Amino acid sequence: MTDVLTRAWQSDIAFEFRRSPAAIGAAAVLLLFLAAAVVPDALAPVPVFDLTRIALRDAFLPPAWMEGGSPAFLLGTDAQGRDLLSAIIYGARVSMLVGAASVLLSVLIGVPLGLIAGYRGGWADALIMRAADIQLTFPAILVAVIFDGIARAALGGVAHERLAVPLLILAIGITGWVQYARTVRGATMVERGRDYVAAAALIGRRQGAIMLRHILPNVLTPVLVLATINLAVAIILEATLSFVGLGIPPTQPSLGTLIRVGNDYLLSGEWWIVIFPGIALLLLVLAVNLLGDWLRDALNPALQ
Amino acid sequence: MIAYVLSRLWQAALVMLVVIGLAFVLFTYLGDPVVGILGADSSEAARAAIRSELGLDRPMPVQFLDYLGRVLSGDFGVSYRLGRPVDVILAERVPATVELALAGMALALLLGIPLGILTALRRRSAGAQALLGVSLLGISVPSFFMGVLLIWLFSVTFDLLPSFGRGETVDLWGWSTGLLTLSGWRSLILPAITIAVFQIAMMMRLVRAEMLEVLRKDFIRFARARGLSDRAVHLRHALRNTLVPVVTIAGLQLGSVIGFAVITESVFQWPGLGLLFLQSVAAADVPVMSAYLVLIAAVFVTINLVVDLLYLWIDPRLRADGGLEAARR
Repeated sequence: MTDVLTRAWQSDIAFEFRRSPAAIGAAAVLLLFLAAAVVPDALAPVPVFDLTRIALRDAFLPPAWMEGGSPAFLLGTDAQGRDLLSAIIYGARVSMLVGAASVLLSVLIGVPLGLIAGYRGGWADALIMRAADIQLTFPAILVAVIFDGIARAALGGVAHERLAVPLLILAIGITGWVQYARTVRGATMVERGRDYVAAAALIGRRQGAIMLRHILPNVLTPVLVLATINLAVAIILEATLSFVGLGIPPTQPSLGTLIRVGNDYLLSGEWWIVIFPGIALLLLVLAVNLLGDWLRDALNPALQ
Repeated sequence: MIAYVLSRLWQAALVMLVVIGLAFVLFTYLGDPVVGILGADSSEAARAAIRSELGLDRPMPVQFLDYLGRVLSGDFGVSYRLGRPVDVILAERVPATVELALAGMALALLLGIPLGILTALRRRSAGAQALLGVSLLGISVPSFFMGVLLIWLFSVTFDLLPSFGRGETVDLWGWSTGLLTLSGWRSLILPAITIAVFQIAMMMRLVRAEMLEVLRKDFIRFARARGLSDRAVHLRHALRNTLVPVVTIAGLQLGSVIGFAVITESVFQWPGLGLLFLQSVAAADVPVMSAYLVLIAAVFVTINLVVDLLYLWIDPRLRADGGLEAARR
């Protein structure tokens, strides 16, 4: 065990990591958010969804350091008297879950399609890449909104409300597959010509096995980098959709929903209700972006 | 070359056909216009009568061709939510979105390109590093939160600029413009910045990366070896070769600006197409949704087509067969 740890510590990637203050800082922030996602109850000062624990007389309290603030509510309270820090911790959890699930979905759609397109070529390749071209004609946000609109019209309001979270994951996941498919396709076309693939085919391995067991492991590095960067994109997309009212409903708010709700109080001067969730979102996205940038450079020495 | 142009045109037509097909499916299967006309408590016989009157009982291909014909003549039906013809509603909203997108785009180009060049040429300087850090912040701020921050700062805290709407507009031969009144300009500032921040940061990073790539090339080294001044090398050789891909980027940026306009319009209650689209999605107003889909697809397909053809025109190396496809990979 210690042997494994020592080797991990001495590996190139760990060395690169120790040398980069930005990566360390980003990883620290991200760990904090991860902790919020895994054990929100341990971190949040108040269980904000326990209706017996919130009181309307606590509504609109400013942050603790301002005049009229209460030390019990570090970042102040919202219109229902909920502790904002706790709401942010639970909200970040929803944001990260939806973001990660969407990225996973994009990978699960894009990687197999890229493998097939790159390995088989021919009409399968043409079909998949044409579909990718058509989708790339539109920005991701519009694809997601259109998808949501279709789901809304097809399901009707109530059913849509109940399925809001899975539908949102589906809408965001669908916007992301093209990049993975393109990247994997390019890498697969290179790998397909290698000797080890010919050798595997020669000993009679089936096409599916060659793609999954032999080629896939060799094309996963760029997928990992893309997934990290796209996690930031997915989190922003989720927040944006929630902000315009097409995402997560206020009963189980994400950071975007919190910003949407808080925005109603901006003009009347209760700025903290909208600004703090926004800053939390910004920190989360910035940390993921920094880590993604660092990972891309660390895994690809040619770029340095 | 001609083969490439033709295949590119064919591809554009194909995309439009797929999108119109999608809009048709939406329009036909999701929104039942009969219920829209008669109300939910109408009798089955009355519905059947209207259905045959509207031609909804004909075979699907016939209906699709009919729909295609109507779309091509700009007839998208009547909005469920507003009860008015969709094409009229869309036409009213176009000027607001176009002015916002162009203002955002102008900011992105006028600031993004020079900053990108500057940070590439002075890549080791503290200023360039700081700008790069700020640009990372710029692409990390979700645009709706940027809008919220700007409203908080300039509308709520300092009370300098309006937080919503377009201000006073002037009707110019059917085009309602906000660019001729003071309140119109004041209203444009915050939304334009909101839409531009991400684009400026993106443009700057892309131009910088492109310029650094070009500066590494052999012809730059030879130009220096010939004893040309820094200024001549940078402007005549490096910049010119950098700007080729920038044309593509700028075109795609324009598309992304229109995409982002949906969000910005929502934050600032800017009465453009994007806000209309969001309201229609929330109300499941299918005729407006499908019309917006077709309209926006036409815009994007045109932009992509023009960018690809421009690229071909600017960079003669790509005119060989398949050159563009190869250069993109």
